[in-house]
Formats: sequence, C-alpha cells, structure tokens
Amino acid sequence: MIADLIPLLAQTALLLFLAPLLSGLIKKGKARLQNRRGAPVWQPYLDLAKFLRKDMVISEHASWIFRATPYVLFLTALSAGLIVPLVTVQTPLGLFGGALALVGLLALGRFFLALGGLDPGSAFGGMGSSREMTIAALAEPAMMLAIFTVATTAGSTNLSEIVRAGQGSGWTLFQPSHALAFAAMFIVLLAETGRVPVDNPATHLELTMIHEAMMLEYSGRYLALMEWSAAIKQFVLMALLANLFFPVGLAASATPAALAAGLLFLAAKLLLLAGTVVLIEFTNAKLRLFRVPDLLSVAFMLATLGLVSTFLFL
Amino acid sequence: MNFTPAMLLAASLWGYAAGAAGGLLFLRREKQANAFCFGVAALSALGGLAAALQFLAGGVGAPAVHFELFQASVPYIRFSVRLDALGAFFLLLVSLLALAISIYSLGYARGYFGRKNVGVLGALFNLLLLTTTLIVVTDNLWLFLIAWELMALTAYCLVSFEHESPEARQAGVLYFIMSHIDAGCVILGFLLLVQASGDYGFASLHNIGATMSPGRRDAAFVLFLVGFGIKAGIVPLHIWLPAAHPVAPSNVSAFLSGVLLKTGIYGLVRVGFDFLGPPPLWWGVTVLTIGTISAVLGVLYALMEHDLKRLLAYHSIENIGIILMGLGASLMFLTTGHPLLATLALVAGLYHTINHAAFKGLLFLGAGAVVHATHTRNMEAMVGLIKRMPQTAFFFLVGAVAISALPPLNGFVSEWLTYQALLQGFGTTDSLTRLIFPLSGAMLALTGALAAACFVKAFGITFLAQPRSVQAGQAHEATFTMRAGMALLAGACVVLGFFPTQFARLLDPVTQQLTGQQISGQLSAANGLVLTSLTAKSGTVSTLGLTLMALCLLPIPFALWLMFGRKTKVNRGETWACGQRTLTPRMEYTATGFSKPLRMVFKALFQPHREVQREYDFSPYFAKTIRFDSHVEEVFEQGLYRPARYLILRAARRVRGLQAGSIHAYLLYIFVTLLLLLLFAL
Repeated sequence: MIADLIPLLAQTALLLFLAPLLSGLIKKGKARLQNRRGAPVWQPYLDLAKFLRKDMVISEHASWIFRATPYVLFLTALSAGLIVPLVTVQTPLGLFGGALALVGLLALGRFFLALGGLDPGSAFGGMGSSREMTIAALAEPAMMLAIFTVATTAGSTNLSEIVRAGQGSGWTLFQPSHALAFAAMFIVLLAETGRVPVDNPATHLELTMIHEAMMLEYSGRYLALMEWSAAIKQFVLMALLANLFFPVGLAASATPAALAAGLLFLAAKLLLLAGTVVLIEFTNAKLRLFRVPDLLSVAFMLATLGLVSTFLFL
Repeated sequence: MNFTPAMLLAASLWGYAAGAAGGLLFLRREKQANAFCFGVAALSALGGLAAALQFLAGGVGAPAVHFELFQASVPYIRFSVRLDALGAFFLLLVSLLALAISIYSLGYARGYFGRKNVGVLGALFNLLLLTTTLIVVTDNLWLFLIAWELMALTAYCLVSFEHESPEARQAGVLYFIMSHIDAGCVILGFLLLVQASGDYGFASLHNIGATMSPGRRDAAFVLFLVGFGIKAGIVPLHIWLPAAHPVAPSNVSAFLSGVLLKTGIYGLVRVGFDFLGPPPLWWGVTVLTIGTISAVLGVLYALMEHDLKRLLAYHSIENIGIILMGLGASLMFLTTGHPLLATLALVAGLYHTINHAAFKGLLFLGAGAVVHATHTRNMEAMVGLIKRMPQTAFFFLVGAVAISALPPLNGFVSEWLTYQALLQGFGTTDSLTRLIFPLSGAMLALTGALAAACFVKAFGITFLAQPRSVQAGQAHEATFTMRAGMALLAGACVVLGFFPTQFARLLDPVTQQLTGQQISGQLSAANGLVLTSLTAKSGTVSTLGLTLMALCLLPIPFALWLMFGRKTKVNRGETWACGQRTLTPRMEYTATGFSKPLRMVFKALFQPHREVQREYDFSPYFAKTIRFDSHVEEVFEQGLYRPARYLILRAARRVRGLQAGSIHAYLLYIFVTLLLLLLFAL
C-alpha cells in the first residue's frame, strides 16, 4: 500500500516543484535572446512565495465561484499531471483516466477559470473569458484528432499504453502521420499555454491579453495558486507532447538507474521543447485575435491529414 | 406485500389518468388542483420508476410484463401493455423526469394562481405524462399511434398555454404542423411494416424487415428517420424545437426537452434495432452523419442565443445529435459484424439519452426558476442572480458542468463511451467509410468545447457579476418544492456520473434484447470503480477515482496556507474599473459580447446581420445615442423553410381559383369526378 503511494507522491512533487522552474527557464531564455539579462530562473518560486504571503483583495461583487476557482484550477492541473507519464511508463493515475480524461480535466479547469473571470463583473475579465473559450473551442478538436492519431496506432487511449506501444518495435519515429499530429499538437500547445502567436504571457494590461485578463482580479494566495496551476498545465502539456511522440528513455521498471535515465531524458526533451517555444516567441509577433482561428485551423488540418495518412500507411 | 412491475406500471398509468381527471374536477379551485394534479403525477411517476428499476434489476432473461389496460370493443385496437427491456429503460427515463418535474411543478404552478387556470395545466400535464408513458410501453400499433397523436396534441396545447402572447401561438402552430408531418411519416412507415407482418402487435413486428424487399425496407427506414427525426429534433427538421420549447411553461419545457424528444429516439431504436432487422451500411452512415451535423449546428446556434430557454432548446438539438452518433455507429458496427462494438456504441447512445434527460431537465427547471423570479427570458437583463438565488445557481451549475461533458459528471461519461466507440470503429474496416469515425470524434470534441463556451456564457452572464436590471436585483430564491425537484435531477447527474459501471448493469437486458450481447462485465474493472472500453488495455476512466484523488490533493493548498499565509488578511474591495470612479453593471460583459468572437469565426455560417445607428452633434466620437442591432438567422430558415413556405402559398393561390364560389363550377367538378371514377371502374 505504502509502496503504491510512492510513485504518486513522487510525481506530485515533481509536478509541483519542476513546473515553476520550466517557466523560469523559458523566461530566462527569452530574455537572453532579447539581449537582456533577465530574472534568475528561480524567480517564479520567489514570486509564488511572495504572493502566498500577501493579503488578498476580493471584489465585493464576486461570489463563491470566484473563491472556488483557484482550487479547482490547481486540483485539475495536478490531477491531469498525474495521468501523464513523466519519468516512468506507468503513471500513478493511469487506471483512472487516459487522454480523454486529461483533456476533460483541463477543460474543467478552464471552465471555472472563465467563470472566475466573469464573476467580479469587470469588462476585462469577460473579454478574457470570451476569448479563452473561443480559442479553446477551436484548439480542442485539433488536439483530439492528434491524440486519436496516436491512439489508433497504439490501440488505446490510455497514455501509458500509448507510450508502451511507442517503445515497442512496431513504431517508427518518423512515421508521417505522427509527424503531422505532432505539428498539430505543437500549435495546440502554444494556444493552450498562452504563448506568443496566440497570447502574450508578458503583458499585464493590454486590450489584447487573454489569460491575464481573466486573472486580473485575483491577488495573494489565490493568485499564487493560479500562477502555479498555469505553470503545471504548461509542464504537463509539454511533457505529454514530448513523451507521447518521442517515448525514448521512459523507465519501464523502477530501478534507480532506469529512473535516473528517465529523469534525464525528460529534462532533455523538455529543454529542447522549451527552447523551440522560446525561439518561436522570439521570432514571431502576436497574431491578431481573428487571425488565431486560421492558425488553429491549420493545426486541425494537419491533424486530419495525420489521421488520413495513418489510413494510408497502416 | 410484493409489488410486481405490472402492478406498479398499471397503478402509474391509472394514476396519471386520475390526475388528468382531477384537474378537470378542480377547474375552479386552483390550490386543490395544484396539489392534487402534481401530487398524483409525482406518486404515479414514482410507481413507474419503481416498475422500471425492478424490471431492469431483474437482469437478463426476465420475461416481458404483459397485461391489458381494459378490453377494447373495437376490432384491431387492443389496449395492451408490454414492458420489455427497451421499454423499461425508457420508462425509467420518463418516470425519473416526471417525478422531478411534478415535484417542481407543485411550487412552480403557483405562479399561475389568479392568472391562468391551473386545473387545465394540471390535467394537460398528466395527460402528457400518460401518453408519453404509453408510447414506450405499448404493444399495439393502434394504441401507439393514438398515444403518439394525443401526445402531440397535448404538447401543442401546453406549448400555446400562454396563448396571450403571439409568440406562443405561432410556435404552437409550427409545432402542430411539424408534428403532423411527423405522424404522417410514422404511420406510412408502420403501414409498410404491417403489410409484411399482417398483424398489429409489436411482438409480431420483431425482425420483420428481414422478410421485406430491400426497397420497401429502405423506404420504411427513411420514413421513420424523418418521422421520428422530427420528434427528436434532428437538423434540418428541428425548426419547431427552438420555437416551441421556450414559450411553454418551464416545467413543461423541461419535460418536452428532457423526455418528449426521447420518444423520437425510442422510436428510432425500436424500429432500427428491433423491427427492421440487419441494417445496410448506409443507414448507420446516414444516422451518424445526421447526428454529427445536428450536434455541431445545434451548439453553434445555441451560442448565438441570449434567450436562456431558447439557448437550452438549441442544446437539445446538439445532444440529440450526440445520441444519434452513438446509435449510428452502433448500426454501422452491426452491419460490419462487430456485435460487441455495436453494443458499446448502443450503450453510449442510451447512456447519453438518460444523461441528457437528467441535465437538460435540470437546466430547464433552473431556467424556469430564473424566469419565474425575473419575468424575463433575456439573459442580458438577468446577470448577478447568484447572490439572490444561491441554490438555484448551484443546481444550474451542476447541470452546466454535466452538459459541457466535463468530468466528473454524467455528460463526460457518456461522451467518453461515444469517443471510445468511434475510436475503436477506426480499426474495424478497411473501407474509406471508417474515416467517418475519427472525423465525427473530432466534431464531437468541437461540440463539447463549444458547449463549454456556451455554458460559461449561460451561467456566467445569468448568475455572476452585478445585476443589470431592477427585476434581477429583486429576484427571489425558488420555493422549496422547486428546489427539491432540481436537487433530485442534480443528484441523478452526480450518481450517473460517479457510478457508470453499476448503471451499465441495468442496461444489460436492453442490449441483450437489441444486439444479443451484454457488456457490463467487460465495461467494469477494479470492482466496478473503473469504467473500461471493453478491455482495460484500450482505455479506462474513473470519475469517482479522479474526484477522490483530487480531494486527496486538497491538503496541498492548505499546507501552503499554513506555511506562508497564516497572517494574511482578506479584504473586500471594489472591482478595479480601469480608473473610472465606480463600476456600473452597464460596463459588464454581455452575452452578445461574449459570443462575438465565435460569431466572427463562424461568420460564413451565421452571416450575422449588424446595424449601427449613431446620432451626434459635432463629432462622431461624441455620440448622443447609439442604436445597435445584431441578429443571426438560421441558414435552414432562409434556405429551406422560407422557399418551401413560399411555394406552398403560391400553389395554394393557384388552387384557390378552383374554389370560386360558383355553384355551377362545383357541379361541373362533381360531374367530372364521377365520370372519371366510372371510367376508372371500367
């Protein structure tokens, strides 16, 4: 019983403590490319600690939805993270849900986040909620199709099973369908984590903001939870992308050597992915809101093509 | 004393009849009429619920319950009732909703005291419950058709119950016309079947399609698809639905959307799986395609609505589409020889059927409470009701999460099953038709995400932020019975969401009857905690497990508070208003504003009409008044129904010349007709 709990606790700790580091690394990378020195990579931890120590201001117009939102967001992001294989092939919560539950949990968090944006009654919050739900509505089908592509090859929606099938011999890395699905998923990742062509994470008061607009009324402990959830969600989606399409190095057994290798591979893959995200943020400007659907329909078409090519090459 | 399903069912049917009679008896005493009609309806529904549960819990192989309501003196018609597994499943659905709505109505109908005749409302309500129940348990074609027609007429009366408003009258007429086209198609379809069987009993129609010629069988299928499709509200035959459901009294709307549409689904399942025999591939493809289109268009039009009840009505179209996706996939699997997958898809469809009944009933009851309190259906005028109606808001939120297919509630479970069926369908054949499965799956994902957006809007604008109108500011919480009705359905959403494997066991007799398979054993793992998609390897989910796990993580934020934030204070302040002195409700986001990005993204479909008029003195930047008008018209209204209406009217104008009022001309017609008939007789 206790031995069963160890992977669970380990993965929870991994999610909690590595996610802010990834955000810090991305911020640092961006700063370096822009010829700035940038904040230290552990700045997100300091921010979280600072927010946790601050008093909160809650709008008098807000209801209990506003107060429940940070918790829902935090718990759904963490639970989603426990479904994804990070270091080991077997995930702690693999039995309780697969790819569809992952998408569902993130959607539940987003649902409450959007409600939390509407609750205090400011126009900014409503604007953010409206845009977030629009973009999510367009990104989700692309993500589903991309997941379908790998799921049909593996014959399962269970993420551990997909990874296991990927590690087996039958799955070549550069199968065209997977390359297309990966491209689609990558665009979805940019949209879901609020990265540059879709949203600008560096703005805090602009008419173009999406994610930040919904959190505008949050402060103190709640803000800390929400920032942390956003970091965890980003970590989870990146790890999903890395491990689903490149299942190299995930530990099939619980030996220390395999685990260490798994951790190293995860770090390497995430760094590579984060580097790509930084490069894209550095070289691109934010798209106009009504250009974003074009980008997402590209993702949808790529995923559809990926699926059709499974049909051709299977 | 033991109650058998037969006794309970008979008591329930006679109970509804008594309720209907009682309503007419208490025409002038509204308090007694209210208590008697809805009280009796609730008790009768309880009887029906018990009968259905007892029958389904009896497991596979329980013999069908059969009895005569009374002896008929007319040839062919027999008032015989036969409860088989499929009927019992739909009886469960009808009775569950009837119970919750009857309890709710005890409080809701008080709003009509002194205004409308509650006795009439109660009588019609009971009659509607009676006919709907009869439809799902009847064994005789004539009784079925009588109940079908009576149900349509009763529903017509209830839709135009508030006939003072022209909107209700128009919607009633539209409903009347559409439900008669539907009845015509259903009668023609059954005539084709009866021609082959020579008997009017449903038992003799089992698998009758196998003895018919393919052409007749296809014709019957198309007639049933149109007929039952109108009743279920599939696109493009849905046109009556968003007109009729909102104008009815809200308790009736809940029943119309939650149950009445399902009689169409019942018809399709009964005919498609029981009567017509092994389906050709194109039936399944057609049903799946129609389902996909209905789902996507339903939710897209729902997004553009800011009439709360119309929005919910459009969502019914969406959910009927999702149900049809399951049924269509199931038909396709039956054709391609995958009975297990067919059963999985059928379970997904049936599961979504009862789920939709639960959450849509709940949402309509919630909307009813809101409309009751604010006297408007316009979401823009509500806003901020959560402070005034906290419990109604909570129940509505449960319904909103469920209908958006978010874990851990029931909508997620049935859509999960639908996804799994579609996904596994991809591997079944080599033909190009298999591409339809993942594409439908992607459209289902689009539907789910758009539904979530729509319910963020519906809940967020209606209940959150500051009230925007005086009525919304003075709204009152719903009465106890109204809240009890909503609580019952909210509970159903939670139970159906948390215990899918246990519920799947009740579906075993149904699937055994329709596809000859039972899969509840294969769907369950880890002692019923985990739902699988036939095998644990191909996918598992446990909403209960995920919820418990998430709750176990709750100590983390608490520990953070202990570590860092014990000394922090919580201050109440005003929402930041961008430097303005105060924030007024006029600055809040509106429902129209909320859905604007999606209106722009899908403008090729919506073709939004937009008109802005400004009046200003010296500069356009300082307008004195601005009038903004924006609306979206349905593409089918423009492209299909308006031309059809135009053609019918033109034809009628042509024909009018025949009826000129001249008696000589009429005599000539009669003479010519006689002559023709004589010639024909020769």
